[in-house]
Amino acid sequence: MTFRKYLVLAGITIFSTAGDSLLARGMKALGSVSLHDLSSLLLAILNPWVAAGILFLLAFFACYMSALSWADLTYVLPATSLGYVLVALIARFTFHEAISPTRWVGISLIAAGVGFVAAGPSVTHQHEISANVSRETVSSEVES
Amino acid sequence: MKDIYAWAAIGLIILASTTGDVLLSYSMKRVGDVGELWKQRGVLAVVGRVLATPAFALGLMAMGVAFYSLLFGLSWGNLSLVVPASASLTFVANAVAAKIFLHERVGRRRWIAALLVAGGVVLMAV
Repeated sequence: MTFRKYLVLAGITIFSTAGDSLLARGMKALGSVSLHDLSSLLLAILNPWVAAGILFLLAFFACYMSALSWADLTYVLPATSLGYVLVALIARFTFHEAISPTRWVGISLIAAGVGFVAAGPSVTHQHEISANVSRETVSSEVES
Repeated sequence: MKDIYAWAAIGLIILASTTGDVLLSYSMKRVGDVGELWKQRGVLAVVGRVLATPAFALGLMAMGVAFYSLLFGLSWGNLSLVVPASASLTFVANAVAAKIFLHERVGRRRWIAALLVAGGVVLMAV
């Protein structure tokens, strides 16, 4: 894993969090969408919050595709899940919302999960590993 | 009635986004390291090769379905149910699907990571 690759993983985390937050805010403003009026879902992109959210999600998507081109899906997904923690911490320090003990446990579980997967190899399956080449050698070749 | 819609949206989000993630991951593995390709052949070569991969278009369609299911679910206002339920179950579904369809070695480390994150996401919403 190079520094550039860690930057891409950080981009996934930050862009998806910002995009989701903007989308949620926009959809709240629009209110409930009825099953009988699905066209209003298509018109939702005219809302500026939703539009900004979609722009961030496009940036997220570019980073996500880049990461999937050199890392396993089961590596990328947990490694970029710090966004949930990010939202809670922003709410805590910007809006001074209290974080309940349960949420602190949630934050530590997610952080532990990220640490667990990030400490392991980022690619496991791409090359058929012959009997005399260890998995570590192959993954470090892929990563370098 | 609202709950049924919410859980229908959740089920649809999990199914569609897992399908999408697997297809996109599959297609990007066929494209190869995007950074290397960009350095050697330029950004147009990257875009061209990605768009020429059929699995990419299918994955994008599945993601579109997941995206609109999420908008649909969010519009019912049950933000604290729809987002954590679909997000945490998607982590687990993806680990299973990646093992089966992408032949990733989901070892103990990856399972623990997926379950820790899935559990953490649920607790964040309580």
